[in-house]
Amino acid sequence: MTNPLPSPFLDWFARRGWAPRRHQLEMVEAGLAGRDVLLVAPTGGGKTLGGFLPSLIELAARGPVNAPPGVHTLYISPLKALTTDVERNLMTPVREMGLDIRIETRTGDTPVSKRQRQKERPPDILLTTPEQLALMCAWEGGRDWFNGLRCVIVDEVHAIWSGKRGDLLNLGLARLSQFSPVMRRVGLSATVQDPDAIRRWLSPGGEADLVLGDPGAPPQVEVMGRTSGTIPWSGWTAAHAMGDVYERIKAARLALVFVNTRFQAEMAFQILWEINTDDLPIALHHGSLAVDQRRKVEAAMARGDLRAVVCTSTLDLGIDWGDVDLVIQLAAPKGSARLIQRIGRANHRLDEPSRALLVPAHRFEVLECEAAKAAVAENDLDADPAHPGALDVLAQHLMGLACAEPFQADAVFDEVRTSAPYADLSREDFVQVLEFVSSGGYALKTYDRFRRIVQDRQGRWGVRNAETAARHRMNVGAIVDIPMLNLRVGNPKRAGRKLGQMEESYLSQLTPGDTFIFGGQTWRFNEMAEMDCFVSPAPPGSDPMVPSWGGSKFALSTYLARRVRQLIADEASWGQLPDDVRDWLYIQKMRSLIPSPDEMLVESFQRGQRHYLVCYPFDGRISHGTLGHLLARRLERAGKHPVGMVANDYALAIWALRPLGGVDLASLFQEDLLGDDLEAWLDESFMMKRGFRQCAAISGLIQRRLPGHEKSGRQVTFSTDLIYDVLRRHQPDHLLLKCARMDAAAGQLDVARVGALLKRVRGRIVHTELSRPSPFAVPAMLEIGSEPVMGGSWADAVLQENAEDLIAEAMGLDA
Amino acid sequence: MSPMRRSPCGGCHLEIHGQAVTARVSGALWLADERMLAAGDLHFEKGSAYGARGQLLPPFDTLATLDRLEAEIAALSPRRLVLMGDSFHDTGAIDRLTAEARTRLRALGERIELVWLAGNHDPSPPVGLPGAVAETLTIGTLNLTHEPHTGLGEGEVAGHLHPVATVKGTGGRVRRRCFLTDGRRMILPAFGAYAGGLNVFDPAFDGLFATPPTALILGDDRIHAVPWTRLSPGR
Repeated sequence: MTNPLPSPFLDWFARRGWAPRRHQLEMVEAGLAGRDVLLVAPTGGGKTLGGFLPSLIELAARGPVNAPPGVHTLYISPLKALTTDVERNLMTPVREMGLDIRIETRTGDTPVSKRQRQKERPPDILLTTPEQLALMCAWEGGRDWFNGLRCVIVDEVHAIWSGKRGDLLNLGLARLSQFSPVMRRVGLSATVQDPDAIRRWLSPGGEADLVLGDPGAPPQVEVMGRTSGTIPWSGWTAAHAMGDVYERIKAARLALVFVNTRFQAEMAFQILWEINTDDLPIALHHGSLAVDQRRKVEAAMARGDLRAVVCTSTLDLGIDWGDVDLVIQLAAPKGSARLIQRIGRANHRLDEPSRALLVPAHRFEVLECEAAKAAVAENDLDADPAHPGALDVLAQHLMGLACAEPFQADAVFDEVRTSAPYADLSREDFVQVLEFVSSGGYALKTYDRFRRIVQDRQGRWGVRNAETAARHRMNVGAIVDIPMLNLRVGNPKRAGRKLGQMEESYLSQLTPGDTFIFGGQTWRFNEMAEMDCFVSPAPPGSDPMVPSWGGSKFALSTYLARRVRQLIADEASWGQLPDDVRDWLYIQKMRSLIPSPDEMLVESFQRGQRHYLVCYPFDGRISHGTLGHLLARRLERAGKHPVGMVANDYALAIWALRPLGGVDLASLFQEDLLGDDLEAWLDESFMMKRGFRQCAAISGLIQRRLPGHEKSGRQVTFSTDLIYDVLRRHQPDHLLLKCARMDAAAGQLDVARVGALLKRVRGRIVHTELSRPSPFAVPAMLEIGSEPVMGGSWADAVLQENAEDLIAEAMGLDA
Repeated sequence: MSPMRRSPCGGCHLEIHGQAVTARVSGALWLADERMLAAGDLHFEKGSAYGARGQLLPPFDTLATLDRLEAEIAALSPRRLVLMGDSFHDTGAIDRLTAEARTRLRALGERIELVWLAGNHDPSPPVGLPGAVAETLTIGTLNLTHEPHTGLGEGEVAGHLHPVATVKGTGGRVRRRCFLTDGRRMILPAFGAYAGGLNVFDPAFDGLFATPPTALILGDDRIHAVPWTRLSPGR
């Protein structure tokens, strides 16, 4: 390949002592030829520079201009922080080559004056977020502003394409292509299982070139086996292994300790702090901490002042903050793609292997971590399936378009269908969405005079008035935050500093005087007022409340689940497992049975007055939860009186007042479970209400909670649950109910996965009747009483099980 | 406080200031001796009030509220129906009523005596609809009014505050509308489909009860009488 780099660029690489990488040159070739391209490369491969090089070359070559040129390249990253990071990294070559190129960022944090200036005098390269792009699509005059646009770069595209944010972003790209048909699209992605899925997403017709970076050295992954403490039966803290984790941190230069939730982060940080006899500088980083607190940690990391950072997915994506040489994953990663992404955070040099340590929190997780390690070795990544574009997102986009300029429905329908997620959108759905945006789409035509968008004489749709447009601009984006409260020191009369934010759902369960951990310290809950929750430092020696459930945000992925089933069935491989786990498997074999990889084990037994049915689909707790509710309905009809259920990533336990042994399992698990029962249950389910709330916010039916605009009191608050109940009764086919059902089926309830599960186990259910719980059943049994009981009322008290007795009973070899 | 008894349909019989009443699962109050039904804070056309300001909430709230009211009337055959104020969400609400809602309200007024108590959201009497308008109404030992007066309020039955109670259970929290009573007075829950709620720990309830009141919480199919000490603050 001839080198396409012009001489100033060649000289710059030479002065730095670098050679351009193959994939960077391929990116330049594709870019200068005006082709769309997806670059898939591991971390540390010079991916960002590869994405920008063609633009820098074009900008360097352009002659002097007299009119202010528009934005040449728009860079979009899912993370605000990444735009700042990229700005800094990009400024270096531009400055060193003496190029006359203006680069600026624009995010929610950008001051109004700077935004105003950018609108009048656009930079050459603008670095921004998907939410800002959605706002730009709603600008009056956006068409002119963008008409010189040559290139859009979507960074970390693997992290965004498959969700609602991806839908909104893709609609935004379709709009930009209208403004500037010559615009090329560039996607930058970490290693993914199916690059073609992202190519199809990135480019109309899926015609983007694919450039693959050279793979880095294979990572070295270790599963923590023997630990000083016994491996627990359940739980999520991995407290038993923290002494060993601390030793590994001591031996490393800078370790990132990844966990899955904020609760885990707080817990791990607390434990490390207590055993930190060497006073190592260890910090905590998660999304709920106040921004300046996070910035301090990031800066300390970059300076090399820290030895370890306990963090959540806030540090997943590609920001370089330090010389990390060890990644520790505390509790199972739940999916191999996430794990590989996190491992990539260690060691940004391609030729040296990254080092990672997986620390299982309990016995099933030992198997899961082994499966994840094998998946990493084979580069077997779980993938997000593509889905049709969400209609609530389309509603928001159409409203934005009407705010920008009047449009003809036909033209916009064609435009929307060039956006990959909406390629198969039907005209009926489009019309329904348009009607929703305009008048709410109700059978009752009350709102004809309150239409939000109206047609002019030429039949073009435009926003009703400036106030409606302003309201839309305040509510843009496809991220709906869960309600959070500010955590402040002091009381409503003397409000002190803000510590960060916490979920309202958690805080509202506290009673004044309760203590909890946040930001590595123990706090006493005092009172709640409006959007603030007031706390004071807890007296020394107080014992913070630990939520019984704080572990899993993600459910076990299908890919890892399959590997875990194989590992369990393969007795020959048990030898490599820690003693605790091996013994557990052997006793399971002796007391119950070990299913083959394609079988599903079902155990039934009586304990006290209750009859238990425990099945082991290994399909993640979300699909188990859905399955459990459906089975419970069926058992209820069979007169078995099911009274409770608990689901984890591996098993589902249901208990009833009547014996469950005689149940015909083949018909219980029949695929028609997903018929009427599903429909009926779905409409009642808590998940549907939550999904509806999200769709209502994204589509613009209700306004988001805006800081500073929060109102309280009975007159102005209304709950989306009330709206849901009324709408369901009076117009069950309304667009937003359709959206909520689609979301629930696809994501929150994992109905598709339940369907696949029922198909998989048909004719392959092995049942065993036991006299007591099996070793496999123990983790689920231990969770009884600590998990919310779905669908029950407060009157249904949950029996507390005695954990110690239960374990002795299950493992006792006397029968 | 007098003892409470469960009614066969899930309600709760009790005495307020010596008068026998039934708190219904629907949130309405039934005085069997008087054959009188009372419902608080209907907030008709709250949905379209938002609609007029650009938030197009489903406009079915008035019909949904009427459905529930008519169901109560069918079940109890009252002689008189007292709507306890804030029956309309705002002064323009009456003009936004759909023809269907208007027809159904008129039909209702032809069958039973209708009394509209004045609220703070609907100070003027409902033009073009049947029924009498009053500030307060005295029934036996009870005094029905929209907004509760501070003090012990012996025999006062009021609405306005939209009480809701939150109860914690193992691993979960339930927040529902409720009646609030100490046996001397009673606050009714809001009856309207879109009416929001105010936790009974809100300062707005301060000074209304001499002894900690009991919440009669609206469950799915019955009233749960929960003592004050078991209720929890917060939204």
